[in-house]
Amino acid sequence: MRAFVGWFLALSVALGLSAYLARAITVGDRRLFLPGDTSSGHHQIEERCELCHSESFSDRETIQASCVDCHATELDEVDDSHPRSKFTDPRNSDRVAILDARYCVTCHREHAPDATGAMGLTLPEDYCFHCHQDVGEERETHVGLPFDGCAASGCHNFHDNRSLYEDFLTRHGNDGDLLEAFRFAVLPSGERTLEALGIARMDAPNGSRWRPSARELSIWSNAIHARGGVNCSGCHAPTDRGEWSLGVPVAVCGECHEPQRAGFAASRHGMRWVAELDAMRPSRARLAMRETAPDGGLDCVSCHGEHVFDLAYAATEACLGCHSDEHSVAFEASPHARFEPAPGTSPEAVEKTGTDRITCATCHLPRVVGPGGRAYVEHNQNHNLRPNEKMIRDVCMDCHGLSFSIDALADRELIRRNFDRSPELHVPSIDWALGRVAPDSNSARRKDRED
Amino acid sequence: MKSVVTKLTVLPILAMCVGCGETTAKAVGVAPQKMADALHVVLEADRTVYTRHVVNRLQNQEGVIKASEYWKDEKALPLPAQMFRMGSELAAEKDAGFTYALLSLWPVNKQNAPVTDVEKEGLEYIASNVGSNFYSEESLGGQQYFTAIYPDTAVAEACVACHNQHKDSPRDDFKLGEVMGGVVVRIPL
Repeated sequence: MRAFVGWFLALSVALGLSAYLARAITVGDRRLFLPGDTSSGHHQIEERCELCHSESFSDRETIQASCVDCHATELDEVDDSHPRSKFTDPRNSDRVAILDARYCVTCHREHAPDATGAMGLTLPEDYCFHCHQDVGEERETHVGLPFDGCAASGCHNFHDNRSLYEDFLTRHGNDGDLLEAFRFAVLPSGERTLEALGIARMDAPNGSRWRPSARELSIWSNAIHARGGVNCSGCHAPTDRGEWSLGVPVAVCGECHEPQRAGFAASRHGMRWVAELDAMRPSRARLAMRETAPDGGLDCVSCHGEHVFDLAYAATEACLGCHSDEHSVAFEASPHARFEPAPGTSPEAVEKTGTDRITCATCHLPRVVGPGGRAYVEHNQNHNLRPNEKMIRDVCMDCHGLSFSIDALADRELIRRNFDRSPELHVPSIDWALGRVAPDSNSARRKDRED
Repeated sequence: MKSVVTKLTVLPILAMCVGCGETTAKAVGVAPQKMADALHVVLEADRTVYTRHVVNRLQNQEGVIKASEYWKDEKALPLPAQMFRMGSELAAEKDAGFTYALLSLWPVNKQNAPVTDVEKEGLEYIASNVGSNFYSEESLGGQQYFTAIYPDTAVAEACVACHNQHKDSPRDDFKLGEVMGGVVVRIPL
C-alpha cells in the first residue's frame, strides 16, 4: 500500500510538472526556459524564442538566418566594414579558423550575461588583434597601441565607420567646436490638400459612443489634424475598415505617416509590437524609469497625446515623463536645453536653420532626409545610439565640428552629465589622419615609410 | 559544394551544345580552367563597359559627374575597381560556388595584397610575363581550389593617375598599359 502511494505521488508530480512545462512552452511564460538572461538588445522579445531559434535545436546557420532577418538592412545601410562576404572568401580561411566572423554569434553570444559587454560583445575587447596585429607596419602612430582600445577609444568600430574613416576625418578635421551655421534638415511645412475643419464639421455619428466630449472636440479642432482636414473618421473609422474604434492602432497612423511608423516599428519602443507581443511599457524596461511614468503600452499617442499631437511635448516632456536615467534627468539643466537663437535672429533665419530649440528629439529622434529629399523625423530612437559614433553624422555635426563630436561621445562622464561642459579627453585620430595627408607628397610619405 | 560547381559548369556547356547543333544536351562537366576563363571574360567585359561607357564618358568626356573613392559622401560614381569589388561581394553572398577578387602586389588597400602563396606567385608571374595568365591549385581551409589569376592592366589614364597620386599607394610610377594587379578567380574542386 505504501509503495502504491509512493508511486502514485511520484507519478502525480511528474504529470503535474509535465503539464506545467507543456503549458509554459505553448501558451504560458516561456521565459522559464531561458538558459540565461538575454542581452539588452533582445530582452524585450525573449518570450518569442522562435524569432531567433526558428527551428528546434537550431544550428549556427539557422540562427545566422534569424540574425540577418532583423539586422541585415541596418548593416547594409551603414556600409558594414566587415561584411560576411569578407570571411566566406577562401583567402581568409586562416583568419576564419581563429575568429569565425561569418557568424554573428561568434562575437555576440546570447544568454551569456556574465560575458556580455558593450554592444553585446561577448569576446575580449582586443579581438582586432587576430587580423590586424601588423597595423603598426602601416601606421607608425599605431605602434604599441593596446588592441583593446581600437573600438573602445572612439577611433574604430567593427561595423559602422562612416564617421571615422580617414578621408572623412581629414575633410572635417579642421572644423571648429561650434559651427557658424547649423544644418538641421527642415521639415516640410504643411502642404495641405484638404480643407481645414471646424467643430461643426466633425463626423462622429450622433448619439453614438464614438461621440467625443466637448474637451476632445476643442482639442481636435485646434490641433493639426483638424487644420489639415482630417476628421474623426480619418483615424477612428478608416475607410478600409469601415468600423469605428476608440483606439487608433499604430498601423492606422502609419497609413499617412509611413516613415514614422517604420521608425517606431524598428525601435525599442515598437519592438514588442512588431513581435506581436503586448506593447512595450515602462515597467518592462531595463533602463531607469520614473515611478510616476504612465504604464500603458506604447503607441503613437503615448508621446504625441490624444487629439492634440503636440510636437513640442513629444520632443522632450514625453521622454522625461518616463526616462529617469542620469543623462535624461540632467537634460533640463544642460546647455542644449538652454539653447536659444541669438538675440535678433529673424523667424526666417530660425526656419532656415530648422530649429529654435534643442530637445531630446533633436539628438534621439533626429530629422533625416528621405527619398525625394523630403525630411522627416526618424522615430527609431535607437537608430543612432549604439555605437554612439552613429550620432556624429546625422546629429552632432548639425551644430558641432567633427573633432569636438568625437571627443564628446568618447567622454562617458560627459554623456552621463548630459554635456554640461566641454570634452575633457581628446581622441587623436583626426590629428593622426591630418598628419598623414599634409603637407608632404605621396613620394615623400613613402620615403618616410621606407626609412 | 561540388554539386553547386557542377551545376555552374553545366550551364555554359548546355549553351555551347545548342550552338554546336547537338540535339541532346549532355550534362558533362567543364574543366575548371575553361570555367574560370569564361567567368573572367564576363567580369572583364562588364568592367570595361563600366569604365568606358559610364565613368569615362560621364566624368571625362561629358563632365556630368565625377567618379570618386568616396562616392557616397560625394554623390559621385563608384570607381571601376570599387564597382568590381561590390559585385564580388554581392556574388559571394549568393554562395555561388566560386569567388573572385581584384588583388595587387601594390594595393592601395592593404587588404587587397596577396595572402596565399599561390596569389603571391601568380601576381608576380603575370606582372613579369606580360599577356600571360596563371593557373594553379591550392588548399585553403581544408578545401582544394583551382585558382586562376589574370592580368589587370591600366586601360585608362585615370587608373594610372589615381594610383600614382593616392597617399596609400606604394607606387607612383605606373604607366598606361602596365599590369597593375590581377583578377583572381577561385573554384572549389
